[in-house]
Amino acid sequence: MNIDLNLKIGGAAGQGLQTTGMALAKTLKKSGFHVFATQYYLSRVRGGHNTFQIRISDSPVFAMTETVDILLALDGESITQHMSELKEGVVVVDSDVIDVKENADSIFHVPMLKIAKDVCGDKIYSNSVSMGAVIGLLCLELSNLEFILKAAFKKKGDGVIQNNIDAARAGYNYVKENYPGGCKFEVSDPGKKEEMMLVNGNEAVGLGALAAGVQFLAAYPMTPSTGVMTYVAANADKFNVVVEQAEDEIAALNMILGASFAGARSMTTTSGGGFSLMTEALGLASITETPAVIFLCQRPGPATGLPTMTEQGDLQFVLNAAQGEFPRCILAPGTPEECFYLTTEAFNIADKYQIPVFVMSDQYLADSLFTCPRFDTSKVLVERHLLSDQELRTKKEEYKRYKLTPLGISPRALPGQEGVLVVADSDEHDEFGHINEDPVNRIKMNDKRMKKLEVLREEMPEAKVYGSSDASISLMGWGSTYGSLAEVVDILNDGGKSVNLVYFTHIHPIPVEPTKKLLAKAKKTVCVENNSTGQFSRLLKVDADINVTEHILRYDGKPFSPEFIIAALKEKGVI
Amino acid sequence: MVSIEDYGKFETAWCPGCGNFGILKAIKQALVNLGRSPHEVFIASGIGQSSKLPHYLKCNAFNGLHGRSLPPATGAKIANHEMTVLAVTGDGDCYGEGGNHFLHTVRRNPDITMIVHDNQIYGLTKGQASPTSEIGMKTKVQTHGVFNMPLNPLSLAISLDCSFVSRGYAGNISHLSKLIEKAIEHKGLSLVDVLQPCVSFNKLNTFKWYSERVYEMNESGYELNDRVRAFEKSLEWGDKIPLGVFYVNEKPSFEDYLDVLVQGPLYKNTPKTELVEELIDGFI
Repeated sequence: MNIDLNLKIGGAAGQGLQTTGMALAKTLKKSGFHVFATQYYLSRVRGGHNTFQIRISDSPVFAMTETVDILLALDGESITQHMSELKEGVVVVDSDVIDVKENADSIFHVPMLKIAKDVCGDKIYSNSVSMGAVIGLLCLELSNLEFILKAAFKKKGDGVIQNNIDAARAGYNYVKENYPGGCKFEVSDPGKKEEMMLVNGNEAVGLGALAAGVQFLAAYPMTPSTGVMTYVAANADKFNVVVEQAEDEIAALNMILGASFAGARSMTTTSGGGFSLMTEALGLASITETPAVIFLCQRPGPATGLPTMTEQGDLQFVLNAAQGEFPRCILAPGTPEECFYLTTEAFNIADKYQIPVFVMSDQYLADSLFTCPRFDTSKVLVERHLLSDQELRTKKEEYKRYKLTPLGISPRALPGQEGVLVVADSDEHDEFGHINEDPVNRIKMNDKRMKKLEVLREEMPEAKVYGSSDASISLMGWGSTYGSLAEVVDILNDGGKSVNLVYFTHIHPIPVEPTKKLLAKAKKTVCVENNSTGQFSRLLKVDADINVTEHILRYDGKPFSPEFIIAALKEKGVI
Repeated sequence: MVSIEDYGKFETAWCPGCGNFGILKAIKQALVNLGRSPHEVFIASGIGQSSKLPHYLKCNAFNGLHGRSLPPATGAKIANHEMTVLAVTGDGDCYGEGGNHFLHTVRRNPDITMIVHDNQIYGLTKGQASPTSEIGMKTKVQTHGVFNMPLNPLSLAISLDCSFVSRGYAGNISHLSKLIEKAIEHKGLSLVDVLQPCVSFNKLNTFKWYSERVYEMNESGYELNDRVRAFEKSLEWGDKIPLGVFYVNEKPSFEDYLDVLVQGPLYKNTPKTELVEELIDGFI
């Protein structure tokens, strides 16, 4: 990694942080950099102190670091809070607008408001002035920013586009003329023009659902899951998907069960609080053996918790949600690529095993932007596992929705197909689906359902290993912590340590023997999780009898940075 | 030709003399009269004695959770709108536990027929008050007598501008089956609230009690789309209890807004997954 720069934009909600941040992230990606961007925001529409951070590199980056090189301060609070994060950096601020108390060499005044008014006659263009200034400080050409601004303001007409470009150019020129030496960081265009995407976790899940052929999505909006719902809704007409905003999460999951039972590929999206309401219907999905994909985007709880922050606090809840014993599958992506591919896989598992399947993400992954290779749709298979009309015509016996089979999976017909009647029941039932309270039947049906879990366990891929397979220290993680952990492995190995990452995307059911094998060589195992109780290590203990030697846990609402993990490893004497 | 026999004969778990038998008979008769084959019929139900009904006739059925018959019925209708979809539920199931779904399904207006077995008592849990129990009714839980205002399903539905609002009586099967026929034929959400005596637990609203009070509405000049008149009529309860169709409001159903259904049932659609490439281009 020759280039590694961090840009932080700070300001109040409503000041245009996201627009500015997105435009800059896209510009830097277009310039050939690998980009990682993440947001920190509060649960309010206006005001408060929020940040949008962009890290750029010539190598792939999947995590945020804690030092800042360029701080674009849109309010005074940004300087007060983040000045200490600067090492050799620069603070870009409009001192005409913001009362800057600090007096440091790093503070660079750009009269954004004045420039916007002088050049375009309107202060609303000051954000574009700031974008130009940032590109100037990085000594990059302005053309990519111009391209992005053109695309961003396409709908607003040529006049608005031209004003934004003029404003950006004026900001750019101001830096060239006034910053000592003309610019701050000389990061020449890395020149890599391979087809990379810039996408956030929620968009990637939405793309995955569309690629998997989702036909019906019912959900109740809840941060941070809503992005998937809105992404699918935005493309619903094009893809022939029906999206319905349910009256509550109870209705959402029950509705998709009705649709799925009748043959439509269906999913719901929610966060922990909403999922709490869905738990009753989760059991219904299982006893009626109706496929359901549940996208669960975690945020810290309990109850309303920290609505816009991140945590991996719902794993044990999802593992145990709803009364009784029944199989479920949990997948946890750590990158947008995994968001995409695992979502498509979730639909196939749900259809094959006729069980509820979770895609567990979290706020950090949902809202962060990553550059990644183009998703390969040729790898996506749509497997429905349904009986065709032809197969039904040639059947010899009366159709049994819950026919007992060696694998516990019954052939699935749909209501409305001629020649069959399909009956499902939330009560314990016989092979036809009719209520049956006989103890012998109960055991058969319970065994049938649980059998699917064991068959699925055999099919679940083992964890991935990042780094050498025979390292003496194994870091372990699941889901969104991947990026930071992988970077920690690189940093420590560069420093002469022997560390790898054993990283889980297929969380439950876990393949026991392969997992034990992966961890057999490590002298120390350190499980790193965004929760306070080590929920994943508990799962490993219960499911695979694996004991983890150390834990690094964070539960202040923020994601892990590589620095945080390394400091914790030192503190615990692991390194 | 479809016949009553096509809908089968089953043993039931209902008490002898239960009003549910009349409702079951009326539903079968209505489906036969409309020429619906069992495989074209989908019934979603919740929990309660009423909700066991789909087990007692041949049809496709989704007997789900307490209070939740309407969301799966809606989902199934969206997935396959060629099916005749019924939601069979009770007063506790639909107006109590599932009250929110009732409100919002009326707003959504899918082409579903809701048949509510309204016995004004919780039968399956052995005799507690329901949302429609009369004031003063004493039970083992409501030991001082019910004092919560009973919910009036018809007034509520009319106030929400429900597309079809009607009341039947389990003791008048021929009238009820005609009502159910009309409700199924009506496009949009149809409510059939059925007065149904619970012979085991409701000692107040008995067959005798109802038979002395119910009458079939047959008023000249009653326009079915007159919402104010319908609302007024829905408030009539006491010595005289009207039966029949109270309100009809022809309006587009939920499915009418879903353009994708024009080309056939949603579940039969081949998803346009190839278009994902275009979306991906937008991220490059």
